[in-house]
Amino acid sequence: MNARDDSKGGTVRAGYVRPLDIRNGRIDMGHGAGGRAASQLIEEIFLAAFDNPFLRQGNDGASLAIPQGSRLVMATDAHVISPLFFPGGDIGALSVHGTVNDVAMMGATPLWLSASFILEEGFPLADLKRIVQSMAAAAREAGVAVVTGDTKVVEQGKGDGVFISTTGVGVVPHGIDVSGANARPGDVILLSGTVGDHGVAVLSQRESLEFETTIVSDTAALNGLVADMLAACPALRTLRDPTRGGVATTLNEIARQSGVGMLLDEAAIPVKPEVDAACELLGLDPLYVANEGKLLAIVPADQADSVLAAMRAHPRGADAARIGVVTEDPHHFVQMNTRFGGRRVVDWLSGEQLPRIC
Amino acid sequence: MKYIDEFRDGDVARRIADRLATEARGDRAYSFMEFCGGHTHAISRYGVSELLPANVRMIHGPGCPVCVLPIGRVDMAIRLALEHDVIVCTYGDTMRVPASDQLSLTKAKARGGDIRMVYSAADALTVARDNPERQVVFFAIGFETTTPPTALAILRAQREGLKNFSVLCCHVLTPSAITHILESPEVRQYGTVPIDGFIGPAHVSIVIGAAPYEHFAEEYRKPVVIAGFEPLDVMQAILMLVRQVNEGRAHVENEFTRAVDRDGNLAAQQKVSEVFELRPSFEWRGLGEVPYSALKIRPAFAEFDAERRFDVGYTPVADNKACECGAILRGVKKPTDCKIFGTVCTPENPIGSCMVSSEGACAAHYAYGRFKDIPVVTA
Repeated sequence: MNARDDSKGGTVRAGYVRPLDIRNGRIDMGHGAGGRAASQLIEEIFLAAFDNPFLRQGNDGASLAIPQGSRLVMATDAHVISPLFFPGGDIGALSVHGTVNDVAMMGATPLWLSASFILEEGFPLADLKRIVQSMAAAAREAGVAVVTGDTKVVEQGKGDGVFISTTGVGVVPHGIDVSGANARPGDVILLSGTVGDHGVAVLSQRESLEFETTIVSDTAALNGLVADMLAACPALRTLRDPTRGGVATTLNEIARQSGVGMLLDEAAIPVKPEVDAACELLGLDPLYVANEGKLLAIVPADQADSVLAAMRAHPRGADAARIGVVTEDPHHFVQMNTRFGGRRVVDWLSGEQLPRIC
Repeated sequence: MKYIDEFRDGDVARRIADRLATEARGDRAYSFMEFCGGHTHAISRYGVSELLPANVRMIHGPGCPVCVLPIGRVDMAIRLALEHDVIVCTYGDTMRVPASDQLSLTKAKARGGDIRMVYSAADALTVARDNPERQVVFFAIGFETTTPPTALAILRAQREGLKNFSVLCCHVLTPSAITHILESPEVRQYGTVPIDGFIGPAHVSIVIGAAPYEHFAEEYRKPVVIAGFEPLDVMQAILMLVRQVNEGRAHVENEFTRAVDRDGNLAAQQKVSEVFELRPSFEWRGLGEVPYSALKIRPAFAEFDAERRFDVGYTPVADNKACECGAILRGVKKPTDCKIFGTVCTPENPIGSCMVSSEGACAAHYAYGRFKDIPVVTA
C-alpha cells in the first residue's frame, strides 16, 4: 500500500520506524499481541496524547506519592456507549468525566486515572486517535493525569469498536465526609442544572431513531464545582452524579442508603424545553434520563442558600436549583408534588429506558 | 412546551377539581372506568386521583395492549425466535411480558433468539429488507391505534414482493372488550363492579371515531366521554361524566374534539379492512375468550401471516395461580388486593402482565401511587 515510503530512493535513516498510518490504518490482532506493533500503538497514540512523568518512566504501574494524612478515594467506571461520537462529546471525554465525577462525588480531589481499552479488530486508527486525544484534553481540563493503562484487542464481531474502563484515585481533604448515607430529614436537595441532556443527545443519534435536535450532551468534569461547594459548606452531606437511571434513580439510591424519604417539587426541576419535547415524543421521563455533567447535593437546610449561591457562581452550576427536601419515611419513598397539583411516587428506574448511553 | 403545558396546567386542574367537588352529589358514589392504559398512566403520573372527591372512584380498565396479551401468544413469538430461527421484531413493552417456562422475549433473546425492539411496523419491514436471507416476523400487538401501521406494512411488503416478511397478528378491538366487560356477571348480574360510565379511548377513537360507542351507551345506559391523554382531559371528562350521571343521561360525549370526530380516520379504517378480518374468538389475558374481539390477516395476504407460514399453533396457558391480573383487568379487584403485588410481583420481576407496562394498573400503582397504601410522614 505504502510501498512509496520504503522506496524513496537513497538510504533510510538508522533507527527509523515507519509511523502508524493513522489515516487509513485499522486495529489488527497484532496491536494486542504485546509485541512491537503494540508498543508502537502505545507510543504513537497513547503516550503522545497522555504524556506525563509517570508514563514516561515506562513501568508496568505508576508510583504515586500520597499527601500526608489524607484519605484516598478510588472509583472505577466502564464505558460502552453507542454511538462512540455524539453531540457534545465522545466515549473518550465521557470515560474521563465519568470517573473523575465518581471520585469528586466522594468529596475528593481527583488526581490520577488509569485507562484500559478493549479494541475491536478493524477499528479505524483515526477514530482511536480522536478518542484518545479527546480523553487527554478532558483529563487536562479536569487537572488529572492518566498514569497507567492497558490495551487489548478482540476479534472482529466480539466488541463494538472500543470499550474504555477508567479508574480514578483522589484525595479527600481533612474534615470532609461526603457519603450517600449522610442524608438527614430536613436537609435540602440541590440539583446543579438541567436534566436529561446527555441521554437525549445520544438517543438523537441512534440509527433507528435519528431525529434532528440542537441538544448536546452535558458531559463535563465536576470536580471544580465540587471544590467550590465544599469550600462554601464543608458539612455538605451527600454528592452524587445522576448518570444512568437519572435523577429519579439516584435519589432513590440515596434515600435507601440514608434510610430516609424525599419530597420533590416537580416545578422546581430544570428541564430544557427541547429535552422535554424530545422526551414527550419518545415517551420518556426526563427524571430517568442520564446526565453526565450534573450533580445532586444534599445539604443541611441552614446552609442550602450559601451552597446554591456557590453553585450558581460556577459555570457548571449556573442553572442550579433547590428541588426538594429530605423527609422521615420508613419506606424510603421518593415522592413528588406534581406541577399538576397531585402527588406521586418517583420510583427506581425499572428495566432499561435507553440502551448503552454511557 | 406549547400545546402540551396548556393541558397540564395546575391552576385549571384545581378549578375543575373545585367544580367536581361542588357537582358530585354527597349522597352517592361514582365509579368510572377508564378503558385505556394511556388514561391509567396519566391519572397515576400526574396524581389526578388526588384531586378527585372521595366519592368519585376510577376503575382501571383492560386497555393496555401488553396487559391483555395472553401467555400463549408470547410463547408463539418465543418459539418462532428459538425454534424457527426467525428474527422477531416487536414493540418495546412486549419484550418483558412474562411467558411460559419463566421466559419472556427479553430472556429468550439472552438465550440466543434474534429478537429486536422496533419503534414501528415500518422498522420491522426495514429489518426484513436488510436481511433477505432470514425470515423476519413482526409480532404485532395493540388496539386500533397500532393496527393501521401493521396493515400498511403488509401492503407495502406485498407491493415490494418481500418473501421474508410476515406478521404474527395479535391486534385486538376496543368496542368488543368494553361490551364484554358490560356483559360480565360482576357488572350485569351481581353489580359487584359498579360502573357508572366510561372514559372513552383517546388514540383509538382518532382511528375508529366516536360512533362505535353509541351502541353501548344506549344499550347498557352507560355514559361515555371520549378524552385525550393529558391530565386536564381526564379531569374534564370526569366532570362531564358526573354531570351525565346527575342528569340521568347516557350519551357519547367527546372531550377530545381537537382530534376525534364521529367517523374517525376513514382512510386508516379502509386499509385495516383491506388486510384484516374478524377472528371468531380470541383469548384475552384476564378476560378469557372474547368473541369477535380481534383481527386476523385475510386469506388474500396469507403469505404474510406468520401463523400460516410457520408451524406455531396456539396453546392457551393459564396465568400464575396467585396472579390477580384477570380480576384487576375486569375491574373486580384493585392491584393492592393481589397477594403478590409489590412483593413477588414487581416491575423488575413481573408475574402478571399488569405489572409490565407503565400503562398497566399494577405497574402504574407500583410506580406512582404506592405511597397511598401506607401512611407517610413528611417533613
